[in-house]
Amino acid sequence: MTEPVDRSEPEAADTPSTAAVTPADAADAARLVAFGLQPKLQPARDQEYTDLLRRYREDPPFARLADAVAAGLGLVVLEVSPRAGMVVTAAEGSVFAVRMSDYARRTASDSTDRFLHGLAHLAVAALAFPRPEDLADDGYVGRVTVNGVDSFVRQACRRLEERAENQGENTDPATDAPGLEAAWRVWARRSATGATKDARRPATSTTGIVAKALAFLADSGFLQRTGDENGGTYRTTARYQLQVRDMAGSAALAELLELGIVPVTDGSPSLLPAEDADDLELVADDGLPFRS
Amino acid sequence: MGPAADEGLARRLRALACTAPLHDLDARKANLAGEYSVYGMAEIALAAIDLITLNMDFDTGADHDQIVARLVPRVAAQAPQRPAEEHERVARWVLENLINVGSVDRGFRAVYGTFAPDGTYVRRDYDFKLIEEVPGPGGSIYLRTTDEAVNVLVGALDTDVTSAQIAAEVKLDVLISRGRLADAQLAAEQARYRTVQYSENLRRALEATRRNVRAVDWLNAVPDMIAEALDHVAERYRHENAILTNIRRARDESEDPEHKRRAAELVDIVKDCIRRHTQLQARLLEAGPLFRAEQDRQAFAAPSATSGTDLYGHLLAPTLPLPLEQAIRVTDAFFAHGTGLRTPVSVRMGDLVDILLTPPVEREHLGAEMPEPDLIATPDDSRFSEEQLAAAMELLDLPADAPRRLSGLLAEARRKDPDLPYLVALLAVHAASPPVGTAYRQGEEKLLFAVDDGTELDDPEFGGADLVVGTALLDAAGMAADRTEAA
Repeated sequence: MTEPVDRSEPEAADTPSTAAVTPADAADAARLVAFGLQPKLQPARDQEYTDLLRRYREDPPFARLADAVAAGLGLVVLEVSPRAGMVVTAAEGSVFAVRMSDYARRTASDSTDRFLHGLAHLAVAALAFPRPEDLADDGYVGRVTVNGVDSFVRQACRRLEERAENQGENTDPATDAPGLEAAWRVWARRSATGATKDARRPATSTTGIVAKALAFLADSGFLQRTGDENGGTYRTTARYQLQVRDMAGSAALAELLELGIVPVTDGSPSLLPAEDADDLELVADDGLPFRS
Repeated sequence: MGPAADEGLARRLRALACTAPLHDLDARKANLAGEYSVYGMAEIALAAIDLITLNMDFDTGADHDQIVARLVPRVAAQAPQRPAEEHERVARWVLENLINVGSVDRGFRAVYGTFAPDGTYVRRDYDFKLIEEVPGPGGSIYLRTTDEAVNVLVGALDTDVTSAQIAAEVKLDVLISRGRLADAQLAAEQARYRTVQYSENLRRALEATRRNVRAVDWLNAVPDMIAEALDHVAERYRHENAILTNIRRARDESEDPEHKRRAAELVDIVKDCIRRHTQLQARLLEAGPLFRAEQDRQAFAAPSATSGTDLYGHLLAPTLPLPLEQAIRVTDAFFAHGTGLRTPVSVRMGDLVDILLTPPVEREHLGAEMPEPDLIATPDDSRFSEEQLAAAMELLDLPADAPRRLSGLLAEARRKDPDLPYLVALLAVHAASPPVGTAYRQGEEKLLFAVDDGTELDDPEFGGADLVVGTALLDAAGMAADRTEAA
């Protein structure tokens, strides 16, 4: 992960005294950063973009200049490569950062909705890169669908519900302490979809929330829409992989560690936990009238 | 009172809560505009849950409009003198209330109290749904009954799938041989639930494989399961075909019209069971190739040098069991760092002033006036008139069991109108290779066809083959059934 350059550092100090920075260099560096701010732009489609990317890789003082411009604007450079282009993302508190309250209005007043929107983004990433190798492999392209993400989360929730049931836990939350309700219940409780007058998904349903997340990520150049099957089908881009790998994953993990939860796995994929081998047995599952 | 007794109490309170929405319907019907007290709302609601449970398909669920349509006869029977629109409105009202359309979660909540292990009294929220709306293919929405609804409706069925199915079918055999068809129908319906359940579990294992081959034991467990399932399908085919023969006989031999009707219904149910077995078998055949393809993709790829974060194992799975107020910190962190950037919109003062000072564009309520279109009458250059077409269609409206020769049709047409034979000949030739598939898919009930049996046409104006022209009946009902299955 590229560390954000200290913003207070003056640009001039960043360039060696041997090569003076001309205003033209600064303009080029800023132009490269500007290209990075258009995440849907393909480097291969624009000759100037391609040239600037080459210059960044071949001319270290120019690269430092571009990094400094980005840092000064409140951006973090994740990668600069011909395949992904100038991948920049918003630093903490930057004007470019996406605020949850701008993302979905209801989230300002309703912490349940805020959680659901956040979880949708986490689930999209988890399903787009199901194995650790997939996240590490630069050539991997993940595929996600709206309905797929929803049923994937519901499946995980159901496992927790079954586990709680087996342990005889009462997971119904206390009426006066909604914040203590187990997170999985919030998703499981929300309806998956619903009939509306104008034949659109209700925005508050879980598929509505997932669809919003996917559309937003597609708008950020993180996903590409490939079709309408299963509520909308998307594939991942290199930018998304970088963003999840270098930024989001570690930030969320740090938060989890701060809560005192240390997830321990042996490095092998755990999308289907090993102890859940009874998944293969013919036990009733979701959407079905019976449960054995 | 001990904790165990308290838990039992909580369980019963929850079960009781599931029935509340049904009682509530009857209590609230008085508030509706109109005199609805004549309707038994709880009865309609139970019937709706029954219908949805029985119509839930393998992949999707029951269709909303279809459920309303099937519910209407019962509503109508409760108040036959009322208009049909009211019946439909009542059916929709009941269904919407079972879904609880007005609430955000589209569910119900009941509050009950229990004693915690430390002796304190805690009030808890119990959230449940009776009917849920699930997304289907192509963006459509289907209805499914929830476990709670079915448990209220059918009761506990806490048994092993396979053995329970065998038991149900043995019971069915016995019941039929003793002529107790009413019970037989119940057993057959139960057998159908189990068949669906069996298929669903297989689908789940395959989907898990698609995600991660190693998560599923393809060395022993899955091949065993597939072999078992194939045996199961083969056995069920035999069994259900035997049952089918038995019931058909019962249906044909029975004198009692009630028995006849029940047996006919039972035939449909068993046919449906067989149809579902076919689906199951098709999925079983897909399993092997799917595994090999995924194995190639996942296992034989070169391992990468660096290891990424296991998003599910490290993040999602540990987050879900957390209390909401802690989990939200993790999801917030992921959201803040995982959404990338948005370029902020900046406004120039000059633009802003312009925008604010621009008077709003007057919008005509009806839009601009449409110019009167200058229509030129196109000359009617049709070769045949509407009347001629009608006469030709009438001539070709043949009964299904009595096809005719083209020569005879032409002669008859000539007697009516010297020009008509040309149209008849054209239609007959067009029918020589009729688009059966299209007509079938569109649900046509009959189709005109023409066949050349080698006889030569003897006619003063036309030459060629003397086609045999007839009407074929299509199984439109069967088509409709297939279509719902495919959906």
